[in-house]
Amino acid sequence: MITRKRLAAGVCALLAALTAGLALPAGATAGEPTGEDSPQVDLVLDVSGSMRTKDIDGGTRMAAAKQAFNEVLDATPEDVRLGIRTLGADYPGDDRKTGCKDTAQLYPVGPLDRVEAKTAVATLVPTGWTPIGPALLKAADDFADGDGSKRIVLISDGEDTCAPLDPCEVAREIAAKGIGLTIDTLGLVPNTRMRQQLSCIAEATGGTYTSVEHADELTDRVNQLVDRAADPVVTPVATEGADTCAKAPALKSGLYTDREEFGQQRWYRVDVEPGQELRASVSVAADRSVNPSYGVLLRAVTVHGREIVRGEAAGTGRTDVVSAGLRHPKAESDEEDAPAETVCLQVTHSFSAASGVKTTPGLPLELTVDVVDGPDQADDVAAFGLGRGWWLLGVLVVAGFLAGLIWGWLSRWRVAVWRTN
Amino acid sequence: MRITRTLTAALLMLGLAAGPAAADSSPSASPSEDGGAPTEAGTSFRTATEIEQGRTATADGSAGDYLYWSFPADTGQRPTVHATVKLPGTHAAETWQIDVYDGLRRRQACQYGAQTRTAAADAGSVELACVLRTVRAWSEPWANDPLPGTYYVRLTVVNLPTADLGLPVGAEVRVASKDIGGAAAVDGSLGEPLVPGIATTKSGDEEDTSAATLFGLEPEDGWSSGWWSDRWVWTAVGAVLAALAGIGGYALTRGSGRPSRVPPAP
Repeated sequence: MITRKRLAAGVCALLAALTAGLALPAGATAGEPTGEDSPQVDLVLDVSGSMRTKDIDGGTRMAAAKQAFNEVLDATPEDVRLGIRTLGADYPGDDRKTGCKDTAQLYPVGPLDRVEAKTAVATLVPTGWTPIGPALLKAADDFADGDGSKRIVLISDGEDTCAPLDPCEVAREIAAKGIGLTIDTLGLVPNTRMRQQLSCIAEATGGTYTSVEHADELTDRVNQLVDRAADPVVTPVATEGADTCAKAPALKSGLYTDREEFGQQRWYRVDVEPGQELRASVSVAADRSVNPSYGVLLRAVTVHGREIVRGEAAGTGRTDVVSAGLRHPKAESDEEDAPAETVCLQVTHSFSAASGVKTTPGLPLELTVDVVDGPDQADDVAAFGLGRGWWLLGVLVVAGFLAGLIWGWLSRWRVAVWRTN
Repeated sequence: MRITRTLTAALLMLGLAAGPAAADSSPSASPSEDGGAPTEAGTSFRTATEIEQGRTATADGSAGDYLYWSFPADTGQRPTVHATVKLPGTHAAETWQIDVYDGLRRRQACQYGAQTRTAAADAGSVELACVLRTVRAWSEPWANDPLPGTYYVRLTVVNLPTADLGLPVGAEVRVASKDIGGAAAVDGSLGEPLVPGIATTKSGDEEDTSAATLFGLEPEDGWSSGWWSDRWVWTAVGAVLAALAGIGGYALTRGSGRPSRVPPAP
């Protein structure tokens, strides 16, 4: 054990030195994202007439929302670009058509001036309809281009009143645009239908849904969501797989997203040099209601159609994603300049849409590809042919004893023969 | 007399050999210092919160959220994931579940432990556990064995009445490992641990501008090279014992004096 610890410590120190050397340049740039990559958050607040209801800690829903916004604006991290959009704030009339267009940008997504933003929030008076769908569509356009994470936080106290535009489908279409947008929803004193609608919107973009009954819950949750947006995450690159290997896009190591419709195949290609190992994993997300049995299959196939290895997963019940992975070590080659092998990756999933659910756009698919140096090495099932345990010791002792015995008898016999001659 | 001495020596060596076996059974739990433990959880594989083994991570979420954490596990460890979910005051019966995935996002089986458990209506909390298989240094690419690298924990509720959707819940997750040692040692090693994104973090040093990585943690002592196991000790001790036994066997045939069959020298 002591030997092991010392060895481990030595290796650890070496590794630490190495990683420190590697990590430092990356660490220096952390925390100072460029303007383009700043995380962006758009708070979308329902200012419909029902926000006048006095049922949150004895005050109106609007009062609770205003208090929460004030505290959130104070606590927003410096690098987050925050904007505020309202829905149902301006048109008090009965005309449905006009009421359903009633959404406005209260404060643009950008560097935050806390005083200005707070003043704008203070002017809000509960007024009109609840056009959630149109508001989400507009909110998606509020964001500036950039690689940073984008998040809409929707706070509502009623379901959408602007059918037939289903906000759930709107959310799915926004997500399918590939701008990496997440929608989190909060329901103020929700009823069953509202819960279903808001959680459907969240599910469609990989966001979360929360029910709020108290003002402090609202503040905590919105703060949490804004902080979550500020966490640096790896942004996936959008790609589009083909339906055959020949037409498939060539991928390098990285994180990719794509869409895959029900019953569709997606093919990608990766080049693997001899002595490298390909690692791929795929997650297919259920962004709408699907039937309870599902699966995903990831196959690595040669260009000639021979299957090398596959990863498969199946499941049943409630889920956000189903994922599978595989690795394919390519042995070292004796030849010099041996060509890289083209490996085709095929992704299929067996989700089926629940009845009455739109099947387009396809389900979001996330693919990680890692081509690492040095394939795995293995010679023997046992560790270096070493043994372990009491049986091993017993066998060695008995064999050693017998060998000694025989050696002894042999030498005595030889001495006796030599003497007699 | 010589035999007695030899035997004593052999017994001593046996005692020494028992050393590594005894040491293996002690769990490698490190003292818990929860000072800097994470208080958030991710909501997808990509955003999973990294936790170290032996730390208790907490997170606030809503019923219906999928909460993700990731932790490193190295060769010879058998990780156990414990999770406690604190439920709100009033709720219907609901079933919670933890799933563990490896660095390739392949689902890993739990040997035992309550991976899924139903909380009765209005129960205050529910506890879950999952004991994984021992992490091997190497396995065939067609196998699903646990390999050194990243592991993901997903905590979620699997059946939930709509009325309870979105209610605030608290979660606590802790990962501890038992060191299985040489019993699980195999000959072989991966080129790199099974950490997602390791190819991009290693190769893209010069142009790497974003600090975000899919997984950045390492085990406490770094990833093990995989060549050391207590099998070296066992085999070496076995060799010494065999040599001693050989000497003993040889000595037996010599007897104390001149063999009786040999005629006295003229």
